[in-house]
Amino acid sequence: MIAVAERINGMFKDVRRAIQKKDAAVVADLAQRQTEQGAKYLDINVGTAAADQQAAMRWLVEVVQGACQTPIALDSQKMPVIQAGLEVCDGRPVMINSVSGDPEKLDVYMPLAVQHNAALVALTLNVDGVPQNIEQRVEIAMTIVAKAMEHGLDPTKVFIDPIILPVTVDQKQPLYICEVIKQIKTVLCDPAPSTIVGLSNISQGTSQRPLINRTCLVMLQAYGLDAAIIDVLDTDIMDAAITTDVLMNRIIYSDSYLKSARM
Amino acid sequence: MPLPVLKESYAAGVNVVTLGATKEQGGSRTVTYKIGGAKTLPFMEPDGHPGQKVLIAMDVLDVEPDWPEVLKAPFGDALKDPAAWAKKCVEELGADLICVKLDGTDPDGANRSGDEAVATVKAVLGAVGVPLVVWGCGIDVKDNEVMPKVSGATKGERCLLGPAKQDNYKRLAASCIADGHNLICLAPLDINIAKQVNTLVTEMELPADRLVMFQTSGALGYGIEYAYSIQERQRLAALAGDKMMMMPVICDAGYESWRAKEAKTPEAEAPEWGPQAQRGPMWEAASAIALVQAGADIIRMRHPEAVAAVKRALQGLQG
Repeated sequence: MIAVAERINGMFKDVRRAIQKKDAAVVADLAQRQTEQGAKYLDINVGTAAADQQAAMRWLVEVVQGACQTPIALDSQKMPVIQAGLEVCDGRPVMINSVSGDPEKLDVYMPLAVQHNAALVALTLNVDGVPQNIEQRVEIAMTIVAKAMEHGLDPTKVFIDPIILPVTVDQKQPLYICEVIKQIKTVLCDPAPSTIVGLSNISQGTSQRPLINRTCLVMLQAYGLDAAIIDVLDTDIMDAAITTDVLMNRIIYSDSYLKSARM
Repeated sequence: MPLPVLKESYAAGVNVVTLGATKEQGGSRTVTYKIGGAKTLPFMEPDGHPGQKVLIAMDVLDVEPDWPEVLKAPFGDALKDPAAWAKKCVEELGADLICVKLDGTDPDGANRSGDEAVATVKAVLGAVGVPLVVWGCGIDVKDNEVMPKVSGATKGERCLLGPAKQDNYKRLAASCIADGHNLICLAPLDINIAKQVNTLVTEMELPADRLVMFQTSGALGYGIEYAYSIQERQRLAALAGDKMMMMPVICDAGYESWRAKEAKTPEAEAPEWGPQAQRGPMWEAASAIALVQAGADIIRMRHPEAVAAVKRALQGLQG
């Protein structure tokens, strides 16, 4: 599973302070520790910490790139902030996180992804909001794939996010997400697009967040999930994800598999 | 309607390992090689970069070998002198590498000392300009005594030393780190153990791009299909991005083939099998070509005619 590490986000107090005080050591340390724990991408989100979000994004990307070789995911809903990150990217693999499934938006983001050889996270969300059922999510996924083909973006570089809702909001949703992932991985196109979830939303407002997060992750992996935005510093969730990869014959077992998967 | 060309594409590939060092690089070799680097399945060039060419390492033993007559005949008296033997392999038979096999250090055999092994390896280094593979006798206690001496005496030559095993890797890995050599990681036809040895050695901070994997190969008729499947799976894992499976591969067709009864039985004992002088080299060549097609980067061989046959096949496969 491709672990996208979530900690470099201005919504966390330490990162927020670091952005405001230009304290590179805090960010570099997070970049290195998340890399050591097996992050395959480091998500970078400036949050609401800075008035000038573009400058903050450029600074964060430069600090992270100076600290490690790990690919980065530029996380913002604002196009200029994403572009600011892309401008200073040093050529390592990069992911754009994210765009909604509106055709007009896809027509802007997909050429950008092609131009920068970037992966693109696309949400099954449109002007009508987040679909509550399987069919509408798959329908938006189909729009996303069709647009990728139209713009010449390799479907495996499109990471479709079916949007997890908190289990306390609607308990039917986790199984819906499983089914959506299965359909995206088996019926849309060949090679299939990639799938991703922002996992922690599942446990919002619950008393057992880490347990619910990792249990949900294993379920989704079993249905073909490729990537998840998670806290890689949580050893339990990483161990569960890696073990699931072994049990699904995605990685080869060895006695040190928990370690070698993080290398 | 034109048929679309279906191509696979892979995210990663096999590591590149450098063998040998010239005078300027701190060694004494006149030629160096890179192995590995494939970004596709073996010889599937339309899908990606096929990597470096497959190399043939011819075996030279540190004691006169107890081989079948048809295998000894082409070498004559050179079998008594490792330096002359190696020279013949390189200059007359086209060996890319020499594999000095230290069978003579086996405590149950000639029980030669570490110093004697060093003398042999130094003599071969002096006789040829190609990079060396140096392979211990396989008895852990003795290898731990002999191989560090060989490693130290050849410091800077960027040899390929081995084998490191799951339960005996530390001494050899430490020597390779100290003296700048590459290391062979052995697994007994077991992909899980192969990955484990690679992980253990990498944890000692021997860089992954100085490791070569060895599955105890098996010859035609003696389990070669297991080696084939494992190598195929290793390559697919490497292409999918498993860093502990990205090491290039060495295979042993010479030793394995010549212990098969089809190769070693004299025609007096099995006249219906035809002349041994043809049968033996054919067995070795067929085994070697199968292993090459499964993704070997270096193939250890013995008989000159088998070497010539494999070179012809490689010419067709990789130019």
